[in-house]
Amino acid sequence: MSQGNGTASRPDYAAIAGWVRPGSSVLDLGCGDGTLLRYLQDSRGVTGYGVEIDDANVIACVGNGVNVVQGDLERGLADFVDRSFDYVILSQTLQAVKNSERVMKEMLRVGREGIVTFPNFGYWKNRLQIASGRMPVSENLPYQWFNTPNVHLCTIADFESFCAERNIRIVERKVLTRGETVAWWPNLLGALAVYHFGNGA
Amino acid sequence: MQDSHGPGTQALPGFLFMDGSTITSSVGIVAPRVAKFSEPVALRCGAVIDEYELVYETYGTLNAEGTNAVLVCHALNASHHVAGTYADDPSAVGWWDNMIGPGKPVDTNRFFVVGVNNVGGCHGSTGPKSVNPGTGKPWGGQFPVVTVEDWVATQARLADHLGIRQFAAVMGGSLGAMQALAWTIQFPDRLRHALVIACTPNLSAQNIAFNEVARQAIITDPDFHGGDYYLHGATPTRGLRVARMVGHITYLSDDVMASKFGRQLKHGRLNYSFDTEFEIESYLRHQGNKFAEYFDANTYLRITKVLDYFDPAFEHGGDLARALAPARASFLVISFTTDWRFSPERSREIVKALLHNRRNVTYAEIDAPHGHDAFLLDDARYHRLVEAYFNRIALDVGA
Repeated sequence: MSQGNGTASRPDYAAIAGWVRPGSSVLDLGCGDGTLLRYLQDSRGVTGYGVEIDDANVIACVGNGVNVVQGDLERGLADFVDRSFDYVILSQTLQAVKNSERVMKEMLRVGREGIVTFPNFGYWKNRLQIASGRMPVSENLPYQWFNTPNVHLCTIADFESFCAERNIRIVERKVLTRGETVAWWPNLLGALAVYHFGNGA
Repeated sequence: MQDSHGPGTQALPGFLFMDGSTITSSVGIVAPRVAKFSEPVALRCGAVIDEYELVYETYGTLNAEGTNAVLVCHALNASHHVAGTYADDPSAVGWWDNMIGPGKPVDTNRFFVVGVNNVGGCHGSTGPKSVNPGTGKPWGGQFPVVTVEDWVATQARLADHLGIRQFAAVMGGSLGAMQALAWTIQFPDRLRHALVIACTPNLSAQNIAFNEVARQAIITDPDFHGGDYYLHGATPTRGLRVARMVGHITYLSDDVMASKFGRQLKHGRLNYSFDTEFEIESYLRHQGNKFAEYFDANTYLRITKVLDYFDPAFEHGGDLARALAPARASFLVISFTTDWRFSPERSREIVKALLHNRRNVTYAEIDAPHGHDAFLLDDARYHRLVEAYFNRIALDVGA
């Protein structure tokens, strides 16, 4: 277990850290082994908590020196009061939750702003595999159709219309492929989407 | 500190393998010690105890800076004998021996662990069986009703006695967890971490109801004599037995009772009598009998009261976050899914209050089938979690 070596092990982590104000409070939903929280603690001095359902990950979080509350984020965030965090983060988990809409709503209840990252299903390699008649399997979607935890995959265009319909204001967006920022045709050339959003004006 | 480094512990070191894993072992032969306190203690109920003794055990070594001490608070029927065995009774294994020892989750190679029998107990500390210096007779029914807060106050004096200014951690399960929680409120600067396991912020009406049945069983036993049964050469064994049987039902889950006993018959066939027909009846009677042999009824009455009265939020209009506002410790809160006595929902109330106060808190819900008693059992996930947390404490305090 890496103990805060100060480097982002996933490309979206650096993007998230770039947006998070130093010293702010963070809730990381589906925090896994706590690597992101630890990174944000070390690099941005945040205070925060993770929410995680898996026993082994909870123990790993303790090992990583981050606070974690074991629970199922699908069942809502009843332990957290309104607007109690500066940021609520959902990193590469949106596509794996059953009720994505409810989770997004809860994020903006508990947090002033939200940050979400997900694999862009519109990425050209995914489109190509679909066009060739197969379910896409890639670096960001490393599962087969029969064992994938992903139940709500979406494209960048899908996510943005979802936000627009629900009066969710997109503050910033970063689209990445192999860790590099994608400037053109993000829904086609971007493998990973990172969004910073808040309640609409 | 005068006597704390006597030959109390003969630790057998954990054997370290090349992959970093250890063979865990027992702390070995231990011996209880007695600390005498002559400064009066004012109890919540208004009574004052002028002098008292606390029986305690220690395992491991207090480091030079005094930063590696861990206080283990006991629950209803346990004692200061937390780990190890006694030279004259090798079968008397400490009640949390699976958790505490060399290489165990609470590693006595790194931490100095203190177990203490609380005031009002029946394992050697001043309690109803002790002689009241005012009368020269056993306290009996006159021994005051104590509270979690009273216990914590006397434990703090033991800490002074042992030269411990600040505990690395105070930990306990059930009633022991209530003491850990109370420590964070009463002495916020005297502990860095609190492990609050299978706890509740207060007893529910159902919890109190079970306690009241237990108390009535004892008080209405003709051998109770208003609590002064020592003077009558009697023991309210029948009442104590029933009290324990009732308690035991609440410690186990329905599932574990079903899988352990089901409807198994004691004699292989029905006898249509009031003898034990089912295994569960036999089990409860056995538990009741065993308990009544060693436990004092007056202590049992008082400890159920300690449970009933615990409610830190009461003085704050029911606002637990306000009650916990003084706390400075970091918390590990653990509940067990099948614990219906102090359910996970009750632990979540504590977590919610701590989140509200922005305290460092980690909460884990262990999926264990055993009910309330799970906190005492050897569950791998539970023990790995506590071990990971103590690794963190070790980094924090330099243990």
